[in-house]
Amino acid sequence: MFIINCPYCGDRDQTEFSCHGEAHIPRPTETAQMSDDAWGNYVFFRTNPKGYHRERWLHTHGCRRWFNALRHTVTDEFVTTYKIEDPRPPLPTESQTSSDGRQS
Amino acid sequence: MPQANPLFFDDLMKAYSLFSLARNAMSYHRNWQRAWRSPDPKSSYDVVIIGGGGHGLATAYYLATQCGISNVAVIEKGWLGGGNTGRNTTIVRSNYLLDASAGIYEHAVKLWEGLSQELNYNVMFSQRGLLHLAHSVHDMQEIGRRGNAIYLNGIDSEFLTPAQVKEMLPIINMNCRYPVMGGLLQKRGGTARHDAVAWGYARGADAAGVDIIQNCEVTGVRVENNTVTGVETSRGFIGANKVGSVAAGHSSVIAEMAGFKLPLECYPLQALVSEPIKPIIDCVVMSNGIHVYVSQSDKGELVVGSGSDAYNSYSQRGSFDLIEHTVGPLCELFPLFSRLRMLRQWAGIVDVTVDRSPILSKTPVKNLYFNCGWGTGGFKATPGSGHAFAHSIAAGEMNNIAAPFSIDRFNSGALIDEGAAAAVAH
Repeated sequence: MFIINCPYCGDRDQTEFSCHGEAHIPRPTETAQMSDDAWGNYVFFRTNPKGYHRERWLHTHGCRRWFNALRHTVTDEFVTTYKIEDPRPPLPTESQTSSDGRQS
Repeated sequence: MPQANPLFFDDLMKAYSLFSLARNAMSYHRNWQRAWRSPDPKSSYDVVIIGGGGHGLATAYYLATQCGISNVAVIEKGWLGGGNTGRNTTIVRSNYLLDASAGIYEHAVKLWEGLSQELNYNVMFSQRGLLHLAHSVHDMQEIGRRGNAIYLNGIDSEFLTPAQVKEMLPIINMNCRYPVMGGLLQKRGGTARHDAVAWGYARGADAAGVDIIQNCEVTGVRVENNTVTGVETSRGFIGANKVGSVAAGHSSVIAEMAGFKLPLECYPLQALVSEPIKPIIDCVVMSNGIHVYVSQSDKGELVVGSGSDAYNSYSQRGSFDLIEHTVGPLCELFPLFSRLRMLRQWAGIVDVTVDRSPILSKTPVKNLYFNCGWGTGGFKATPGSGHAFAHSIAAGEMNNIAAPFSIDRFNSGALIDEGAAAAVAH
């Protein structure tokens, strides 16, 4: 089971949180001019990486605030969590992790 | 092509039968022939299938036996059926709401009905009946709408009253927290032995000339002039005129190698197996309302599942709290199961589309085809999926059954929204 660090509340049990998929997908602004392809890509298509993933979480049964997390999808290890307005944290460098994501 | 007599005799000796069982009993079953070869990969093939699960092996089998394309390789990074084929809860049904779904899932059930004979391999397909329970007015409306839609598509579908449910399942607690108000029964639904499906298709495909290459991971997809020319693997480059990706949970990884994204996200889906007990449930019971499904394997174990973990993961583990969410409603529905011990728990990585319907499609890369997105319920479709995909690859165009499941639907908006029928029940 995960312990997730809410940027507002600190370490809490995973069951208090819900995951809402890939982060940093900006909502289009010129919606009237958008093609069907562009709409489909925005709404449905995802990177779904096997490896590090920046994703949105909601502290559903806590402060009810949204935040982002950088997590590895093979080890399920959280690298960090950060507020929506914070800059994207860098990916851990190759020397810190092997190709399958385990800490070396 | 008519075969020469010695070859025919050779095939007859290899066929599984009462005769071969008796003959092998003479040597204490030590001399059974291998079910399939383990060849080294050739430098190129007409078609390369990525993924040696049930869907991939079925695709190769139908390519070789029905489409006249036997120069085919199935490339599997692990062992046959070691992914979701060996991890699902073995349920087969075709009671879906929409016409396109009825088309492909019923196609599969019809193939299931003759599969053991066709493959000369007992896939232990058991049409023991599959019962969806309804626990609320909303559930009753949902099964009413879906049951009638299924019936209009020519698929068997019966409504049961609470008394009929109780008669069918004497051990059920009708008056649980969300009392059972009715049920929707598909008598032709049931279970099959999941490993046998992979092994049976592998044996059939191998006999028809397909090379099955295990422990060979695809590490790249070679694309020239927007046309696929082969795959890079851990055992070197393998050329191909056409490539079919049937990689389930790793479909997004293969797509990334080919340079495009898919409308998929991957989640762990868990299952549990209890200690074996004497026969106690003779059908598959599913409850979307309180979120659990259970059947009893031929070994006597209860096979139990529920929802997927709701976060992206490739970890094949899943989280503990979901186990509690699974056994809670199970014990509420069947209080006597509370004294059973669970023996094993595992997860498979399911590739889920937003409309909970699969993708069988051409892609932005020419001659590269994808069969994926089966999400939480692909096992039941194995024969139909392989059959439709094989014929589509051979023709170069998706056939009538596969066409609605094109990847284009996520841009055109013509989604096949099976959320109600498939999102919970697998």
